[in-house]
Amino acid sequence: MIAQQTLVMFGIFVGITLIVTYWASGQSTTDRGFYVAHRRIGGLQNGWAIAGDYVSAAAFLGITGLVAFYGFDGFVYSVGWLVAYLAVLFLVAEPLRNTGKYTLADLISFRLRGRGVRAIAAVSTLAITLFYLIAQMVGVAALVNVLLPRFGEIPAIAGVGVLMLVYVMFGGMIATTWVQIIKAGLLLCTAIGLTLLTLAHFHFSLSEFANAAGAVPIKGSPTNLFAPGLLFHGPLGAWNLASLGIALVLGTAGLPHILMRFFTVPTAKAARISVAWAMVLVGTFYLTTSFMGLGAATIVGEEHIGRRLYAGQAIGYIAHHPEQETRLNAQLTHDGYIVPSADSNLAAPLLAANLGGSLLTAFVAAVAFATILAVVAGLTLTASSAFAHDIWFSLVRNGRGDETEYLFIARSTALVVGVLAIALSVALRGFNVAFLVGLAFAVAASANVPAILLALSWRRFSRYGAIAGMLCGLISSLVLIALSPVALGRHAIFPLENPGIVSIPIGFAGAVLGTLLWRDRESEAMFDQFHVRATTGLGAEM
Amino acid sequence: MHHVKPDRWDELAAAPEFRALVRARRRFVIPATLFFIAYYLALPISVGVAPALMSRPVAGPVTLAYCFALSQFAMAWILLALYLRAARSFDLAAARIRRQETRELEDRKR
Repeated sequence: MIAQQTLVMFGIFVGITLIVTYWASGQSTTDRGFYVAHRRIGGLQNGWAIAGDYVSAAAFLGITGLVAFYGFDGFVYSVGWLVAYLAVLFLVAEPLRNTGKYTLADLISFRLRGRGVRAIAAVSTLAITLFYLIAQMVGVAALVNVLLPRFGEIPAIAGVGVLMLVYVMFGGMIATTWVQIIKAGLLLCTAIGLTLLTLAHFHFSLSEFANAAGAVPIKGSPTNLFAPGLLFHGPLGAWNLASLGIALVLGTAGLPHILMRFFTVPTAKAARISVAWAMVLVGTFYLTTSFMGLGAATIVGEEHIGRRLYAGQAIGYIAHHPEQETRLNAQLTHDGYIVPSADSNLAAPLLAANLGGSLLTAFVAAVAFATILAVVAGLTLTASSAFAHDIWFSLVRNGRGDETEYLFIARSTALVVGVLAIALSVALRGFNVAFLVGLAFAVAASANVPAILLALSWRRFSRYGAIAGMLCGLISSLVLIALSPVALGRHAIFPLENPGIVSIPIGFAGAVLGTLLWRDRESEAMFDQFHVRATTGLGAEM
Repeated sequence: MHHVKPDRWDELAAAPEFRALVRARRRFVIPATLFFIAYYLALPISVGVAPALMSRPVAGPVTLAYCFALSQFAMAWILLALYLRAARSFDLAAARIRRQETRELEDRKR
């Protein structure tokens, strides 16, 4: 029943966005239309689109679940993801709009001439986007597994992949932007709606809500959900938290699919206004994760959050797992279903089920699918522009070729990236999603951010410094994650789950050392032009 | 309006109006950036250094740590508002520089 309702509502979302795509396809017949929507997206529109691009299903389902299970330690993620926008606002949004054209590599290689810089910037963009893309698609598998068990994971991944390709290939940036705006609106309404329903459950009394949340018992701990240390504990708990925090805060300012959104607005002022709107929307959303998560912990209860088995299925499961028989039998008699293992990702849908019944659950599930779809569309467009614009046109064809060829390459790249992402996601399903997202943020913070910040502010910064910095950041973050507990479990060589606190300084050190070792007068001579352009917008791309 | 391609960027970069704009921006952006990073990192650090203090309930069952986390939202939005206000004068200065340059380029063409 829920499955059918979910599919119908998701179908309506897809229907509306396909109409937008059809309309946008007439407007995406040039490279400027395809990649940057003619730079005519307004600040408010772009703010909604950034929010739509940024808040992934990992945030909606994952963070709500983490708050439900671990309280404060889950909420810390939410804080980091909002505060990160201050770095975007202060340091990158406006200069990026004034100096960039289509891609991140444009910004860096505007000042630092040479094919090496552009090639490495494009490679790091492709790496970050692909990790992020696979994480989102693997999320589809997890969601389908629980919400639409009869649908099958592989058809679901393939279905989302094909839809995303339709948006990107035919509608380009305009359709992708609108898909993100519609999705951001739906997601925000859902989150606010669930928050209000939760508060209504406690008669709109914050103190009644806080007391109920504080009274939720926690296994093996005398504290409550408001206390720190439930997820990050042990001697390295604070280090893990700090390393993750610094990667989140700086990483956002290096995420190519977010930075690309600043090329779609007409002026630096519009770029700033779009960050302001994004901060209001993203902040409101992350604030609601606290209410949804604690609401799920109190109203649903941790022992009920997970995939539920009813009647025959439940009896069959209990017969195969005699060691849990007493507990599960008690739960079956009491609730009419069993939850063999907890799954925090289901906190939000189950909260909706408790508060609003099957129709609301189906709506929440449909919004979660729409969320994934919008995020993967933005990512695919970013990857396609990095390949078509930076690698194919700038490096292989040396800037030759006409618009027809450009659009053909861009669309074919989107197709290849999409198919590659579908194939990799099918192969990697069951992989830890947080691991892949952590990789994306760590690589963005360590490889891209030092190069962007130093290019914008340091006259002497050379192309060799940029290459060294990006390589050091890219390699050190990849290697440290491969040696960390998320990849090696108990045999980890590097003790922290996120490499940020080590790999970001390595990225900066590489960039500074490379610059001091090899001087580059040509790049130094470009600094004045770059600086004036970044600050005033003189000569910016229209 | 500002789609002009000046050819004397070094003069523009050395002009007093531009230097003043860069200084004004830096006067806001550098302290604000240092402040928000310090305020944000104070959250994991205080939780790591003084877990007992941070676990102390201050408003009903809500702990000091949770209140600190909520205050980060207020901090982010307040810094946003301050920046938007400061940026109005940056916009005016940037527009003045653009106008002046456009006029001079047109004068030279004539």
